[in-house]
Amino acid sequence: MKLPSRRLREFLIEKLIFLSGIASVVFVVLIFIFLLREGVSVLKTTSLGSFLGGHFWYPISTPAKLGILPLILGSLMVTAGAIAIAVPLGIAAAFYIAEVAPKRLRTVLKSCVEVLAAIPSVVLGFLGITVLVPFLKSVFNLPTGLTAFSGSIMLAFMALPTIITISEDAINAVPREYKEGALALGATHWQTLFRVVIHGALPGIIAAAMLGIGRVFGETMAVMMVTGNAAVIPQSLFEPVRTLTATIAAEMGEAAKGSAHYFALFAVGIVLFVISFAINLTADILLNRGKKK
Amino acid sequence: MNETTGLEHAAPVLEVRGLNLWYGDFQALIDVSASFRPRTITALIGSSGCGKSTLLRCLNRMNDLIDDVRIEGEILYNGKNIRRRDCSLTVLRKSVGMVFQRPNPFPLSVYENIAFGPRVHRMASGTNLDARVEESLRAVNLWDELKDRLRKSALSLSLEQKQRLCIARLVAVEAEVLLMDEPCSTLDPMATMKVEELMHRLKERYTIVIVTHNMQQAARVSEETGFMLLGELVEFGRTTDIFTRPADKRTEDYITGRFG
Ligand SMILES: Nc1ncnc2c1ncn2[C@@H]1O[C@H](COP(=O)(O)OP(=O)(O)O)[C@@H](O)[C@H]1O
Ligand SMILES: [Mg+2]
Repeated sequence: MKLPSRRLREFLIEKLIFLSGIASVVFVVLIFIFLLREGVSVLKTTSLGSFLGGHFWYPISTPAKLGILPLILGSLMVTAGAIAIAVPLGIAAAFYIAEVAPKRLRTVLKSCVEVLAAIPSVVLGFLGITVLVPFLKSVFNLPTGLTAFSGSIMLAFMALPTIITISEDAINAVPREYKEGALALGATHWQTLFRVVIHGALPGIIAAAMLGIGRVFGETMAVMMVTGNAAVIPQSLFEPVRTLTATIAAEMGEAAKGSAHYFALFAVGIVLFVISFAINLTADILLNRGKKK
Repeated sequence: MNETTGLEHAAPVLEVRGLNLWYGDFQALIDVSASFRPRTITALIGSSGCGKSTLLRCLNRMNDLIDDVRIEGEILYNGKNIRRRDCSLTVLRKSVGMVFQRPNPFPLSVYENIAFGPRVHRMASGTNLDARVEESLRAVNLWDELKDRLRKSALSLSLEQKQRLCIARLVAVEAEVLLMDEPCSTLDPMATMKVEELMHRLKERYTIVIVTHNMQQAARVSEETGFMLLGELVEFGRTTDIFTRPADKRTEDYITGRFG
């Protein structure tokens, strides 16, 4: 009597776990199908070339101009700026925490990095508007502080915890023997770090940078608050820009369902999805390659 | 191999006097005194945990890397106390190199592994460096095997090749002393034999101290042997004497296999 019910229970549990396992796959597929179905309709009003390469984003003029090149460039510029700040800073911080800082300071620093990761992006954006934007405006003597550069700085803060934590793990995972070997040859601590340890940690560090980029690229709120949101092709870091994410967030509420504008925003979503996916995939490949060695 | 070398009276290259070492509260070396002669292979034997590696790591101050180590006594290299503040660790370790139990080539190419030492010590660059890499690889019989693979990762080599490469790194910085901590314990008998042959050849230029828990190996390769037990250096002398007429009962028990 007992046996069949137990077998049934195990059967159910197994299926339940299986379902939870594939649920994520199903969700991804469903989301992508939905995005695709809505987004592809934009091709009814504009060609793929003039959508991706068009210089003007005037979604509510007649006829609507739906070129997202300024948005793509806006996103790339803000991201590139953030990475230029966060990657060197993050890697240096990771080395400091992993290899240089005395034990007590190390614990303090690690908790600080965790706290930084826990700050909601709206709060960062709020600080950005009230502190950073006026500061940049006066320091660089700009017509407005709402620029791509402000966005880059905000995003750098958001990418830092990811980059620091993962790089630090990669540095700690470098076998002790490499370090001992270098020191036993009479290398100094710094020579050991920058000529040997860094090579062992490199795949992990690159992955950390990629994940940081992924984090930054998809970020919306803080960017929308500080970049000025002008959908023009940016000429420099010190001009207002508008990103792909901010465009969707700002306009989705107003776009009439079924309009060309509405479909175009979904298509922007697809572009965002594809780029993020490529970034994360690269990071994954690099991480795995690092592990196999 | 145990014939007289004529170096019995030469001044020792390395010498320890009254050495005591504690890891925290645990005393790992107890009043150890020994001297290591130039161009001689000295073996340190004894059961696992008796302090052989600890003693070896004192000789190039690798124990400095461990927290909570306390040392008393003198460690002399060419007559100078290396425990003094003004002794440069980088200079010391360049001359007193170490080969580890597990071969530890860097995750770099074969060439870069050898070039690392000369580069950090600014000993050579450009074609000079190429020549030095070749010379170092020749010294450990690796040149012919690897001359077409200099740009390949050193991690792709066999264990034996890796260990030779690690020895070649020391040749490249013109080390004077080679400290070898169970250099063959991860190798098969054939590879072990080759490394032993290499050591025999290197002896003409280098002072070698080898830690081994393999008594046959000690008997095969060394002229002098130290037997350690629980942190003490029980007996130190010519290998033939230690193995044929040990002075201490404990040495005799160990080499006749009564314990350890
Ligand atoms: N870093 C360390 N911290 C504390 N104790 C250690 C450390 N390294 C070695 N020991 C202890 O010191 C003793 C001698 O170790 P070791 O020199 O490695 O022995 P051997 O090389 O002869 O096997 C052992 O009892 C070991 O447990
Ligand atoms: Mg040992």
